Amino acid sequence: MKTQLTKQMKKVVSVDPWLALKEFTTARIALGRAGSSIRTEDWLAFKLDHAKARDAVHSELDEAVLESCLTGLNSQIIHVQSQINSKSDYLKRPDLGRFLNTDSIARLNNIQHGADLVIISEGLSAMAVQSHASHVVSALLPMLKSSNWSLAPIIVAKYGRVAIEDDIGARLHAKMAIILIGERPGLRSSDSLGAYLVFGPKTSNTDANRNCISNIRESGLSYEKAAETIYYLLNEAKSRQLSGVQIKDNRTLVELGIG
Amino acid sequence: MKSTYVYAVGNQSYQFESLADVMAKASATKSGDNLAGIAAKSDEERVAAQLLLANIPLKRFIDEPLIPPESDSVSQLLLEEHNNEAFQMVENDTVGDLRNRLLSYEMASDDLAKLADGLLPEMVAAVSKLMRNQDLILVASICNVVTKFRNSLGLSGRLSTRLQPNHPSDDERGIGASMLDGLMYGSGDAVIGINPATDNVQSLIRLLGHIDELIQRFAIPTQSCVLSHITNQIEAINKGAPVDIVFQSIAGTEAANESFGVNLDLLAEARQAALSLNRGTVGDHVMYFETGQGSCLSANTHHGIDQQTLEARAYGVAKKFKPLLVNTVVGFIGPEYLFDGKQIIRAGLEDHFCGKLLGLPMGCDVCYTNHAEADQDDMDVLLTLLGVAGCNYIMGVPGADDIMLNYQSTSFHDAHYLRQVLNKRPAPEFEAWLQKMGIMDAENRLLPVTVKHPLLLELTS
Repeated sequence: MKTQLTKQMKKVVSVDPWLALKEFTTARIALGRAGSSIRTEDWLAFKLDHAKARDAVHSELDEAVLESCLTGLNSQIIHVQSQINSKSDYLKRPDLGRFLNTDSIARLNNIQHGADLVIISEGLSAMAVQSHASHVVSALLPMLKSSNWSLAPIIVAKYGRVAIEDDIGARLHAKMAIILIGERPGLRSSDSLGAYLVFGPKTSNTDANRNCISNIRESGLSYEKAAETIYYLLNEAKSRQLSGVQIKDNRTLVELGIG
Repeated sequence: MKSTYVYAVGNQSYQFESLADVMAKASATKSGDNLAGIAAKSDEERVAAQLLLANIPLKRFIDEPLIPPESDSVSQLLLEEHNNEAFQMVENDTVGDLRNRLLSYEMASDDLAKLADGLLPEMVAAVSKLMRNQDLILVASICNVVTKFRNSLGLSGRLSTRLQPNHPSDDERGIGASMLDGLMYGSGDAVIGINPATDNVQSLIRLLGHIDELIQRFAIPTQSCVLSHITNQIEAINKGAPVDIVFQSIAGTEAANESFGVNLDLLAEARQAALSLNRGTVGDHVMYFETGQGSCLSANTHHGIDQQTLEARAYGVAKKFKPLLVNTVVGFIGPEYLFDGKQIIRAGLEDHFCGKLLGLPMGCDVCYTNHAEADQDDMDVLLTLLGVAGCNYIMGVPGADDIMLNYQSTSFHDAHYLRQVLNKRPAPEFEAWLQKMGIMDAENRLLPVTVKHPLLLELTS
């Protein structure tokens, strides 16, 4: 099926003369057309990608693999779980994914109150967390340690939603919490990681109280840039004692390295 | 005296706590209403609620506000904006009467336009709950809502598209490549609108400048938008950026809007800021709103009201600010609110109907996520039905795959499919431009182009 078109087929399908622009984006551009419809090979390629993404959504986090990636970071790891017990319930009941189950609450007993929290949850892509979370954390931790942030052990929260950072953070009286979480898979990015930070975690917080950094993955936002942005926003939030829409990323393009 | 809500089916008597409870239980099945714990417990209870709702006078929605205006600024706005004179046409109707009236031969486009100011969003939501899909399509197809900025959107026989050239790291060349791809496929008359990956104000200004330059250079009769938070766009306007229309996500309760970081005053301020730039050439509709069933529940601010009624209330908010575009991003929110293709299709038709009946320029992001039980076949069904219903515009995303927001929308090819089967054309000003540029012919067909095409020379150099 690849692009070897027979002479006869060249008459019924059109090729777009801007194929070279594919270099600049992974978007499905310059597909060409049959009439004005999508060509057979592109349609089936789309279907295959959708099939892969569907499979990714239903995959489970391998906690042992994640733990081995995190062991080099010299940070204690605590495993907890939300009130969800299966992937299918996770998809249907976001409300239960925002709170810890009873066993997990007990597991927080030995953590010092008032520290800052880094939480990891597989969200909608276990692959994102397994591939990228440890890299982002290892880029971020040295920055935080060098400027005297006090960090609690890393918390891995199974079946967590973003707002589980509020439940955990409130229980530990954390000043700041950040959760690294697998974003819902796209057709070409089933491994995209997001980070959501909140100042003063509490269960009455809404999404307007959070700052989000998304698309952390190989062909998206790099680990270093992601960590720098997180660090910038954490410091802004700390100095202004708030997070969310009132915090603006006002760094210049030169500071961002894209000017 | 408080009304009582009881309906008997044979020996079984169904009791409802309130008007809101009747509305929730009369709603078509949605996973979000189940999640909120307010949906009907059985199919029979659902129909009992609908039978009861059919006999409730429309006036009841004025006398018994679902959310009291004292505790919610959206309710207050909706009641203030409700036009009693326009309501007179239907003031003695029940919800069931209104359905019959809307479907009657006598109901012409002009009557529907007049009625738009006399209906509360809750009344519109109520009547939609008694309608099957074909009713939602038929009535919406008679509503005409035309809005203008640099072109005329929503005219009869037209179908427009928002060109959505997103890129996961806001890379200018990547965005430029998708933008060119879309223009060469005749997309972008509703708006060229980018969802930015970051909410950095400087990069917002840079993206705005980038699209504006292209629009100016080729005299494209369309408008641009970068869908950042509204406060960023106001800041960009204050810094002199070329903002055409201002975007914001909105919802149907004060608290949900608060969770989006907006309120009615802020929306008014943004509209004034955009109007002050005076950049429209054929009209001054300067707002672009996005909505979607489930957003209030998602923000935990639903007041026990079903998601479809709350969505209609969001349209009431939109209406106050005379938008160019309103877009229900129907399948984006995920399976916990709209579980599968059937629910997404139903919701898309409800939203389009409710918005149109309230007099709004409705578009629909016919879309789904990879964790919903839906696929391209479901989208084809919704797309086709919305085309028949006269939807003002749909999205145009390269290959239907948004690589930034990670969901599937409609492709440039999809818009052509719909235009072919329904003989629809782009907005007239944009259609003339496409013909002038040798992109489409007078038969509405794409023309072959070479590497020498001026747009290609510009953007590949």
